[in-house]
Amino acid sequence: MDAIEVEDLRKTYAGGVEALRGVSFAVRSGEVFALLGPNGAGKSTTVRILATLSAPTAGRARVASFDVVSQPREVRRRIGYVAQASGVDVTATGRENLTLQGQLFRLSGAGLRGRVDELLDLFQLAPAADRPALTYSGGMRRRLDVAMGLIHRPEVLFLDEPTTGLDPESRSVMWKEVRRLAQGGLTLLLTTHYLEEADQLAQRLAIVDGGRIVAAGTPDELKGKLRGDVVSVELADRGRTAAAEAVLRGHDEVAGVMVDGTRLYAQVGHGARAVPALLGALEKAGLDVAQVSLSRPSLDDVYLTATGHAYHEEGEPAAAVAPRSGR
Amino acid sequence: MEFLRDTWHLFLRLIRATMRMPVFVIISIVQPVLWVLLFGQLFKSVTTIPGFGASSYVQFLAPGISIMTALFGAAYSGMGLLADIDRGVLDRLLATPVSRGALIAGRILHAAVQVVVQAAIILLVAVILGARPHGGLPGVLAVFLSASLLGSAFAGFSNALALIARRQELVIAAMNFVVLPSTFLSSMIMSRNLMPGWIRGVSRFNPVNWAVTAARDGFEGRAPSEMLLCLALLAAFALVCGFLATRSFGRYRKAM
Repeated sequence: MDAIEVEDLRKTYAGGVEALRGVSFAVRSGEVFALLGPNGAGKSTTVRILATLSAPTAGRARVASFDVVSQPREVRRRIGYVAQASGVDVTATGRENLTLQGQLFRLSGAGLRGRVDELLDLFQLAPAADRPALTYSGGMRRRLDVAMGLIHRPEVLFLDEPTTGLDPESRSVMWKEVRRLAQGGLTLLLTTHYLEEADQLAQRLAIVDGGRIVAAGTPDELKGKLRGDVVSVELADRGRTAAAEAVLRGHDEVAGVMVDGTRLYAQVGHGARAVPALLGALEKAGLDVAQVSLSRPSLDDVYLTATGHAYHEEGEPAAAVAPRSGR
Repeated sequence: MEFLRDTWHLFLRLIRATMRMPVFVIISIVQPVLWVLLFGQLFKSVTTIPGFGASSYVQFLAPGISIMTALFGAAYSGMGLLADIDRGVLDRLLATPVSRGALIAGRILHAAVQVVVQAAIILLVAVILGARPHGGLPGVLAVFLSASLLGSAFAGFSNALALIARRQELVIAAMNFVVLPSTFLSSMIMSRNLMPGWIRGVSRFNPVNWAVTAARDGFEGRAPSEMLLCLALLAAFALVCGFLATRSFGRYRKAM
C-alpha cells in the first residue's frame, strides 16, 4: 500500500513564482523515500503541502490515505513533521518541548511522561532534558526536533533536510537514527541536497529540479540507467571546451557528453579502453588535457544526466557538499 | 473541550517563557506605575479647568491608564507570533492536530492575564496616591474586565496582522498607526465634557473609548447601563478580532 500518493502537484506563489510544476510520486508504506535536489528545487514546498502547512494550487496528495486538502485533520494525526528550520521553542526545556508536543496530540498523564523519557533517552538528550533548548548545540536541537516529530508514534515522518548545517559527526548520528527508524516500519520521506545522503539512506528516491521530478527509482536503478563508466576531462585551455565537446561527441566510444563549466563528462561503455582513445582524439585535435579521471556512475552522474547540470550549488562553499566516499 | 485544553497548554508555554525573562516582568510592572506618576503630575492642573468634572486627576486617570496599558501591551502580542513563525515553532505546531483557534486564544489569554496584573498594579498605586474606587469590588472587576476585553481584541487584531503581513515592521507600523490615535479619540486622558464635538462623536465608535467608559463608570460606581453596553460591545469586538485571527491561518497556509 502507498503511504503517500502525490499526483500532479502544483504550487504557484503570489507574484507568479512556480515552485512546483506538476510533481507526482508515490511512497510505499514502510519505505524510506528521498527527494533529492538543490535549494529552491521544490522539495520543501512538496513536504509542506504533504504536512498540510501549505495549500497546493492544483493537484492531489494523499498521506496515510487521507487527502491533505479536504482531510487535513486526519492527516495531521498521523504524521510527524520535522522542518528544515528547527521548530524547537528555545525558551523551553527539551522536556517541556516534548511534553507540549505530546499534549497537542492529546497524549497525557503517565503515558506521555513515559514517552517523553523514552525519547529523551533514545535521542541522548536525557542529561540536558531540563535545560532551556537555547543552550543546546545544533545537533541536539535537531535530535529534539526529530524526537518531537515522533512523540505520537506517527505513521509517516517527514524529515526536511535533517542534516543540513550539521557537522559530520552529528550527521552520522542522524543517519544512524534514520536507519533505526526505518527498521521500525515507519514510512519516511526525507529531503536532502546531499547525493550521498539519498544514496545511503533511501530505498527509492526522486530527483527534483525546477519544480519537477526529473528521475525516480532506487539508487541502483538510477545508476543502472547509466551503463558503463564516466570519463571526466578538464582542458588546460578553458576557452576550448566547445571544441573538445565536439570531438568527444563525434567519438565512437562515447554515448553522451555533459559539459559543466570547463569540465566535460563523457559516458562510455568501457572506461579502461575509452580513456586512451579519447585522449588520443583530443590530442589529435590539438587540445591539451589538464586532468582526466574515470569513475563508475554515481548519483552525481544520474543527477547530471537528468538535469543537464552538475550537482553543486551556486554560492555555496564546497565544504557544504557531503564528502563522497570512494566507490 | 480540545479547544480549551489546547488553549491552556499553549497559554502555559507563553507564561513560562515570560516568567523566564525577569527583566521583562520587572519592566512591565514598573512601566504602568511610571505612567500613573508621570501623567498624574503632568496633567495635575487640568482638573481645575471649569467643566472637567473630576476632583483629582489620579482618580480620573487610574481606570484610563489601566486601559492604555492594556492597549499598548496587547497591540504587540503579534510580535510573539512572528518570533514563532521565524523560529519555525508555528509550523511545527500547525502540523499537529492542535485547534487553530487555540493557537490564537492561548496568546489572547496570555495578553489578558498580563493586562489584568498591570491594571491591578495601577489601581493599587492610584489608591496609594489618593484615588478611591467608589464602585467597590464590582467596580474594580469592571476595570479588569474592560481592560482584558480590549487587550484580547487588540491581541487578536495584532496576531491577525502578524499572520497576514508576516513582517515585524508592518505589524509595528500598523499598530502604532492605530494605538495613539485611538487613545486620543477617547476620554482616556481628557474628560468627555471638554472634548471637541467631533471627537466626542467619533469616540462613540472607538473600542478604546468603550473600554475607558466602562472602566471609569465601574471605578466611580456610576449607574451601570452605559457600562454594560460598552462591555457587551467590547466582548463582541474581541470575538470578531479573535475570529479574524483564527481565519488568518487560512491565508497563511495559502501564502506559504
